[in-house]
Amino acid sequence: MREMFFTQAVDDALAQAMADDRRIVVFGEDIPLLRRDLLVRFGPKRVLGAPISESAFVGAGVAAAMAGLRPVVELYMVDFVGVAMDALLNHAAKLEAFSGGKWKAPVVVRAPCSGGYGDGGQHEQSLWGWLAHIPGLTVIVPSTPADAGGLMLASLQHDGPTVFLEPKLLSESCLKFLGSGGRKTVQYDVPAEGARGEVPQKWEPLPIGKAVLRRTGKDVSIVSVGVGVHRALGAVEVLQKEGISADVLDLRTVAPLDMRSLCETAGKTGHVLVVDEDYEGFGLSGEVAAILAEKGVSVKYRRVCTRGTIPYARNLEDEALPNIGRICASAKELVGTSSK
Amino acid sequence: MPADLWVLYPLMLRSRLFEEAIAKLWHEGLISGEMHLGTGEEAIIAGVVSQLRDGDAMALDHRGTAALLMRGLDPVPALRELLGRPDGLCGGMGGHMHLLSKEHLAASSGIVGAAGPTAAGFALAANHLRPGSISVAFFGDGAMNQGMLMESMNLAAAWKLPVLFVCKDDGWAITTKSEEMTGGSLNERARGLGVPPVEADGLDVAAVWQAAEGAIQRARSGQGPTFLHLRCVHLEGHFLGFQLIRAVREPLKEMPEVAFPLTKSFLHPSGAGLGERLAGVKAVMAKILATLRDPRRDPANDPVKRARAGLQSDAARLQELEDRIEKDVGLALEAALAETSQ
Repeated sequence: MREMFFTQAVDDALAQAMADDRRIVVFGEDIPLLRRDLLVRFGPKRVLGAPISESAFVGAGVAAAMAGLRPVVELYMVDFVGVAMDALLNHAAKLEAFSGGKWKAPVVVRAPCSGGYGDGGQHEQSLWGWLAHIPGLTVIVPSTPADAGGLMLASLQHDGPTVFLEPKLLSESCLKFLGSGGRKTVQYDVPAEGARGEVPQKWEPLPIGKAVLRRTGKDVSIVSVGVGVHRALGAVEVLQKEGISADVLDLRTVAPLDMRSLCETAGKTGHVLVVDEDYEGFGLSGEVAAILAEKGVSVKYRRVCTRGTIPYARNLEDEALPNIGRICASAKELVGTSSK
Repeated sequence: MPADLWVLYPLMLRSRLFEEAIAKLWHEGLISGEMHLGTGEEAIIAGVVSQLRDGDAMALDHRGTAALLMRGLDPVPALRELLGRPDGLCGGMGGHMHLLSKEHLAASSGIVGAAGPTAAGFALAANHLRPGSISVAFFGDGAMNQGMLMESMNLAAAWKLPVLFVCKDDGWAITTKSEEMTGGSLNERARGLGVPPVEADGLDVAAVWQAAEGAIQRARSGQGPTFLHLRCVHLEGHFLGFQLIRAVREPLKEMPEVAFPLTKSFLHPSGAGLGERLAGVKAVMAKILATLRDPRRDPANDPVKRARAGLQSDAARLQELEDRIEKDVGLALEAALAETSQ
């Protein structure tokens, strides 16, 4: 076993895939600097910088995939997908359906996401719910280095368009580049197990659409992705002391969503708490509730999500994003509500 | 009417002192995330903003603090906003990339190129509601490759909107040399979209002032938009803690953690042939060298020093002026950092 940082793991899996598959090319803004280790190994024909033209280079990535390449297109942050949304919404996501299933675009859009370091509401959004809403897109949100590498490999082997999101709070390089800027005077609440961990000697693809239980308990099922998983695990430590034990289900992919694992844990505990750093309304948390209702799994339900625009001020931001305090309060309320 | 350096230099110096104070607060950890300063673009901002009047609007990028201060924004709530305080300009919700002042019709955005559509919309509203008023879009050369900005220039030309498209060209798009990622010439591009270009030395506030004067007159009299192309040097790079500048300023501290994985990756048995790998190494080296040769710390490229040089003939007046500004900025800083009463 090797140990790696989160983004290091993604890059390592990507490098392994690039060595095996010459169709993989990587491009985006500042890529010669950000992926310099790939540049010196695979050369400037496969690792390219792009102008600040997201609509052009994401769209080009989709079409290059249609024509046989396996592009990894990078956005500086998922917030900037707004500029390039048409390429995903109306093209990448529609191709398979429009072609009667005959043509697919195996493009990977890789983007840092989410907050926790004081960059304000235009640079810290999660947006996986918004992306997963579009039929035809696969949306992946890993929470550990091992999952990040394995799911990157899976994304590269997947035949359709994939959005691969990297929570910035877990990414050593993102946090240094966009957050601290080399300062020692700022600290961020980085979940240690998410930021660095054991990874396999050789990467194998992980199944897309398969959740994993990070903790097992009996009273409540906490369902989450990304940094939320680690906040949930932190909350479980606190709840345990109060006699509440929890399943923590890490969905790992938002679309497709692992309904079976969700229904299993929900059926077991009868209490579901969704922890979602993405916006509360019309998103992942509501989807979880809808699936359970449709499948006839009767549960008590709560959610801890981001409700409004993410504040710039660090103290306000910490309150706005799901935190251990809010998760514990909701879990207790949830378990309490069912006591007869 | 020629530009009056006695009016422009104080605006520039005040902005510089504020932004240097902001840099200090950032280094002390009182500002958490990214911080993009406008140090180095003061001549451009002062030369344009000093000619705006009530009813004019500004569409700002992620580097808008200087423009707002020069437009007359109270520095105390502005600084408090950067510190994320509830008594900040936007209640601590926006931060430096999203400074908004409805009173000044000034809106910032952290999305590159967003100043284009915003300025077009402000100008449309001006035509209907405030005839004779104009809007200004401030953006960098990197934004010139963003579709929404190009579309906005065409829109402004088609609708004859009173917009000044002000390109603060420092030659860099974040960490990428703009020339490597830009086809053709920016001026020709603007001309092709029906927006006449005017080029001036962005380090010379009097030259900027003069170029802007003509463009503003054109806009106010209903003759449509102008593209002001002004070169400058960002003294701190794209943002504070800019990786390339750190590598140059403190190579021993910063380089090993870059060089070790780089070498390991270059020597990895699987990958491209040697030629391609060398091309990759050359591309990385070129980036570091470009930064080394970058004229950021050459005093000749500091617009504040350039403006000051024009005033040295009256040393006593200059001294008095600078003392006053230093004191003002100090007082504002003290007030901003003071705890609120209640």
